[in-house]
Amino acid sequence: MAATMEAASTKSHVGKKGKPPKRYWDNPTEDSENSHVNKKNRQDGESDSNQGNITAVSPNKELVTEKQNKNRQSKTNHISGSKDPFPGEAPIPQERLKKFQRGEKSQVTSGLRSKLKEAIKRSEAESELAQKQAARFDLLLPEDAGFLEGDEDEDTCTISQDDIADAVDITSGAKYFNLHLSQFGPYRLDYSKAGRHLILGGKRGHVTCIEWQSKQLVSEINVMETVNDVKWLHNEDMFAVAQKKWLHIYDSKGVELHCIRKFNDVLSMEFLPYHFLLATASATGFLQYLDVSVGKEVVCINAKLGRLGVMTQNPQNAIIHMGHPNGIVSLWSPNQKEPLVKMLCHQGGVRSVAVDKTGTYMVTSGLDKKLKVYDIRAFKPLQSYFLPAGAACLSLSQRGLLAAATGDIVQVYRDVLGTPVTKPYMAHRVRGGITGLSYCPHEDVLGVGHSDGFTSMIVPGAGEPNFDAMDVNPVGSLKQRREWEVKALLEKIQPELICLDPSQLGRVDHASWEQRHEERVKILGYDPLAQEKFKPRMRKKGRSSSGAVEKRKKKVAHEDQREVIRKTVEENLGKQKELKKEKATLAAQGQRSALDRFKK
Amino acid sequence: MVKDKKKSVKFDLPSKTTTSRTMDEELESDEDFLPDNENIISASEDEDASGDERKHTKLLEAISSLGGKRRKKLAERSEASLQVSEFAVNAEGAGEKVVLSDLLSSATEASRTDGSLTKTQKQLKNLEKRHATLELPLSHQQTEKIQREAAFQKASKEVSRWESTIILQQRAEQLVFPLNQQPNRPRRMEQVVTSWKTQTPLEQEVFAVLHAHRQPTLDPVLTPVEEAQLQAMSLEEAQLRRAELQKARALQSYYESKAKRERKIKSKKYHKVQQKAKRKAFLKQFEEMCKSDPERAMEELQKMEKNRIEERMSLKHQNSGKWAKSKAIMAKYDLGARQDMQEQLELNRQLTHKPLPSAELHGDSDHDDDNNDPTLTNDDQTLPDIANDASANQKEGANPWMKMTAVMPTAMEAEPKSIVVTTDSEPTEVAASGGGGGDAETEEERLLGEFARRRQLRKTNEEEEEEADEEARQKDESSQAAGGPSISFTIAETSEEEEEEDQMDEAAASELNALFGRLAKQGQQDAAPLATVGVASMDTLLDEDTTRVRTLEEAELLTETHSDTAPMVESEAAAASGHGNKHAPKVKRRQKIIDLEQVLTKQAKSIRVPMTAPAVEDAEDEALDEQTDVIREAFAGDDVVLDFLKEKRKQEEASKPKDVDLTLPGWGQWGGLGVPVKKHKRRRFLKKAPPSVPRKDRKLPAVIISEKRDSSVATHQVSQLPFPFENPAQFERSIRSPLGSTWNPELAVRKLTAPRIVTKAGAIIQPLSKDDVMSSKKTPGKRGAPDLLLGNVEQGKAGHRPTAKRKKHKK
Repeated sequence: MAATMEAASTKSHVGKKGKPPKRYWDNPTEDSENSHVNKKNRQDGESDSNQGNITAVSPNKELVTEKQNKNRQSKTNHISGSKDPFPGEAPIPQERLKKFQRGEKSQVTSGLRSKLKEAIKRSEAESELAQKQAARFDLLLPEDAGFLEGDEDEDTCTISQDDIADAVDITSGAKYFNLHLSQFGPYRLDYSKAGRHLILGGKRGHVTCIEWQSKQLVSEINVMETVNDVKWLHNEDMFAVAQKKWLHIYDSKGVELHCIRKFNDVLSMEFLPYHFLLATASATGFLQYLDVSVGKEVVCINAKLGRLGVMTQNPQNAIIHMGHPNGIVSLWSPNQKEPLVKMLCHQGGVRSVAVDKTGTYMVTSGLDKKLKVYDIRAFKPLQSYFLPAGAACLSLSQRGLLAAATGDIVQVYRDVLGTPVTKPYMAHRVRGGITGLSYCPHEDVLGVGHSDGFTSMIVPGAGEPNFDAMDVNPVGSLKQRREWEVKALLEKIQPELICLDPSQLGRVDHASWEQRHEERVKILGYDPLAQEKFKPRMRKKGRSSSGAVEKRKKKVAHEDQREVIRKTVEENLGKQKELKKEKATLAAQGQRSALDRFKK
Repeated sequence: MVKDKKKSVKFDLPSKTTTSRTMDEELESDEDFLPDNENIISASEDEDASGDERKHTKLLEAISSLGGKRRKKLAERSEASLQVSEFAVNAEGAGEKVVLSDLLSSATEASRTDGSLTKTQKQLKNLEKRHATLELPLSHQQTEKIQREAAFQKASKEVSRWESTIILQQRAEQLVFPLNQQPNRPRRMEQVVTSWKTQTPLEQEVFAVLHAHRQPTLDPVLTPVEEAQLQAMSLEEAQLRRAELQKARALQSYYESKAKRERKIKSKKYHKVQQKAKRKAFLKQFEEMCKSDPERAMEELQKMEKNRIEERMSLKHQNSGKWAKSKAIMAKYDLGARQDMQEQLELNRQLTHKPLPSAELHGDSDHDDDNNDPTLTNDDQTLPDIANDASANQKEGANPWMKMTAVMPTAMEAEPKSIVVTTDSEPTEVAASGGGGGDAETEEERLLGEFARRRQLRKTNEEEEEEADEEARQKDESSQAAGGPSISFTIAETSEEEEEEDQMDEAAASELNALFGRLAKQGQQDAAPLATVGVASMDTLLDEDTTRVRTLEEAELLTETHSDTAPMVESEAAAASGHGNKHAPKVKRRQKIIDLEQVLTKQAKSIRVPMTAPAVEDAEDEALDEQTDVIREAFAGDDVVLDFLKEKRKQEEASKPKDVDLTLPGWGQWGGLGVPVKKHKRRRFLKKAPPSVPRKDRKLPAVIISEKRDSSVATHQVSQLPFPFENPAQFERSIRSPLGSTWNPELAVRKLTAPRIVTKAGAIIQPLSKDDVMSSKKTPGKRGAPDLLLGNVEQGKAGHRPTAKRKKHKK
């Protein structure tokens, strides 16, 4: 750092002050060239100094700093005499830094304790380091999503899927395909988290598991029962099927693993991947949570809002959103028996709900043929659209493309969340009424389940091109997937931590002691601080007759209360006495006898 | 301890002298000493009847004493032992005081002749004459207490040497044990290849050149900056420096108090005398200065010129004040008053007198001017040219109207470098001011002068910064500068004596004006070489400023001149924020979008769908549409909105805290069916609920937000603020950024979760020894001579940036 600073500062003073002593490794012509570079780097130099502050300090600090300085020196000065034209670390653009900024910085003001100052400084330095590192490594996410662009006077929504498939490369073109499965009626679908596997569930009992990119059939079964919904669990090995009566869990080979009879009449399901929770909504009006890591039901909530068919999750805070026939959308967490929030969104029933990846926007569609966009941080409506046919299914892609199914037409909207749109980005007609709609994660593909099977259509710009291989790895090997499973289980988030605002966990609880005690009593089932009830000792020789016992009890009864009363009485007496005294003195002052004037 | 000894010595002698009076009486009783002893023994015999053995011995003694020998052999005193017979020790005269004569009686005849005895006798006599009582020696407890205190101080001093180390350890983010591990990383080229020597003639030549210029031949192990840092931070030097500063501060305060005292003196005569002396000294010094330091003399002249201008501006000495008017009335009758007025006018004349150079000098200078610069002859000749030269250097203060139209080019050149020049000439300037200020230049003044010089240097640096700064910054700085204490010696002096000295100074100025002429020519001659010297000195400064920065103070100075890099950064940031403003309108629009009033009444936009009305509709599709229509019809009657609002109201009611009615029926009145509770009674026993907390959804008509507290999350929340934090906001901010690898790159995670203490498996961790701590602090100073001298002033500053920042912050 020292070296960079030196370089930066000397140049700016050439006009006013003396030059630094000439060094043989200095190149006189460089000065003018480097001045602008140095200016640019000055900020970095400073930031580096901060970075230097938080490095490990051994007891003898001087030595360490010396070492650091030495290292830096060795970076800049070379025996060859050549000079690094870009000294110091590469600058990070401000916008990128801003992207990784977490919360407000705390300022060190003058009036603070030294220890507090130290703590604040340290935490600031740490968070700055984290921010900077993240910004620096943002470089490693090079993939960028592009969108479909039509010629002049050409609507992108008029471009057919076939045209797109022809235009793109073969592997991408192969992502547009249709599965004609007209026998087992309208299909529901779900992509696995990594996006490699697809599960299709026909209303009439057909369940199939496909590795859709290679179009390999993994398994295919018929459960001989109505299938309401299908869902992958945490990996591609297991999936849950909501059948007519109960909830079943199968493995990818189609072997039934569990039949969970506690979960009956399930209409729709959501899997919360970080909590290992399977949330189900039933026709009987119950919202249930199943912990799939231990196989236990976490909570069963009677929503008291009628048949629950419309359900989605908020990926940001794992809150379940449910749509109801009376136009209400309710938000649920497993920790409360009543909805956290109820929003009146539509005049008619709610047909579908979708929440975007950041947890900022919610899109709803209702029987009133309206499509509404809400800001669910403030619970305020942002946009309202009228769709002539109404939208039966909604789905939001990772990059915010909205897919809406109106009858047998799939419409894809771009930028629907922030700015008002007048026409769709893409549209595609399938061969039957649409019942399932889902984007494939990390792919520009939208899966459509309809009465005539399944259609996979290409939607350019839908998926997030950069994946976090530590989180989900679409190209992970078997070993990696296994390892991931173990890690994910270790990092499993407990259901108690689900709340509307996850940042609440980082805040100080302001509740009073009484309130907390009350809650504790509720959790424990008893009051740990309560006094024990008096139990009279058993005495022999007839002295433990019920009458005697009662007498003894009476002696002790209200002991503590008596104490309190005694004290208060004493206090009151004292007060009265004081009052009397005061009165007496006042009286004495006021009523002076005639002889008082002779007193001295 | 030495003190105590002295006391005791002092004490012993007089005690003997005081008791010497009783000596004669005691001598008489000396004869019956032995019989008494016998008596005592016999007496004790009677008392101790129990011990047989003892009795026996005593009896034997008594018998032996009865025998022929009169004198009893005194019991022998042996070495100190545990068992000493209480009878062997003679307690005779225990309570009595020792008499001097007893001691002297042993003196032999021989010694008496020597004269040494007479000497002691004399001493004794002297001592006898002194009657002053002496303090008692300190009691045992007190001496012990003092000893304890001293011991404690010593110990605490010893212990406090560890304090900084301990604090450092406590604050350290990571401690690595065992200490002083050698780094295991690969070493650098220069460290490895030590045996390399110059071989070819070219190399030799190059290195010879380098050596001649004292440049580092290898890549320096330590940069000059680091060296400066290390040098500056050497413990002993820092302590020395601190002590020096302390001394300076103390002296300053003494001086200030002295000056204060002197200023408070009301005697007019005293001040008159003093001022006269001062004036004389000043005149003398000025004349000297004209020869030795013409530049400085010029400044003085400038000052006087300013005085003249001020005098011309003011109504002082014009006999127009209150005092003058009263005097004018008196003047008719009072000669003294008239004289006073005359004096005033005379003073005014003197002060406003513009000095005219003498004729021949004038001619000379004119001639010179003609040679140098013909334009100068056109200018106002009344003012000496030298004054005009200087005015180019000092932009402020001088009358701009009196400036020459054409400024000498050399002066113009010198102008931007003026700061360097001034800093160079400051030591002499201070010395001169010291000489002018005080009659005799004491050491303290010199010290203070030095102090002032540093301050000034710093100030100039700040001014530089200001030039570079943007406006807001500039304001700040200037306010700081104004607020900061300006205790420079010269300034303080002028300010304190300004009022009284005013007149005298002015008088001196009028006298000095006469000197103008003489100076004029000399100055003219000196001006040119001076300019060249200035440039030359500049060059030398540039190349020769490789002196080591040794002290803290110097290092600070360095850093401060360097701190002007900050404003640049700031301006850049400001520019960035300017870019950021582009986003502002966007934000505004979003705020507009969220409108409370348009909750359900919001107008929906209809979307034009390209594929309207499919050509061939499936039967199933039709059925679906029909179904939706049916549903819509079914729900048409239901007023969803009204239901929702009702529910909301219900919830609001439920969440409101309720009043508690504590009335008991039948208490204080008749009870029973149909008997209403009295109003006043109900009022008395009704406990009103506290006002309800405003609901979160009070502004959202279409939303019901549950107000129930989520205790499951609360169990995981922090309920008590951890130690150093004073308010929740601080704590919350400190934990705002996550630590896990899910959110951070690997490197950051490793740093964020680094263990507090790192130990090496199997290595013995020795307790921290003195050598580890103390030696590491000394090493920088003792480090083997680096092969280059310390770099330029600027380089030192760069290294010291953080400290400079801190300093500023404190201001």
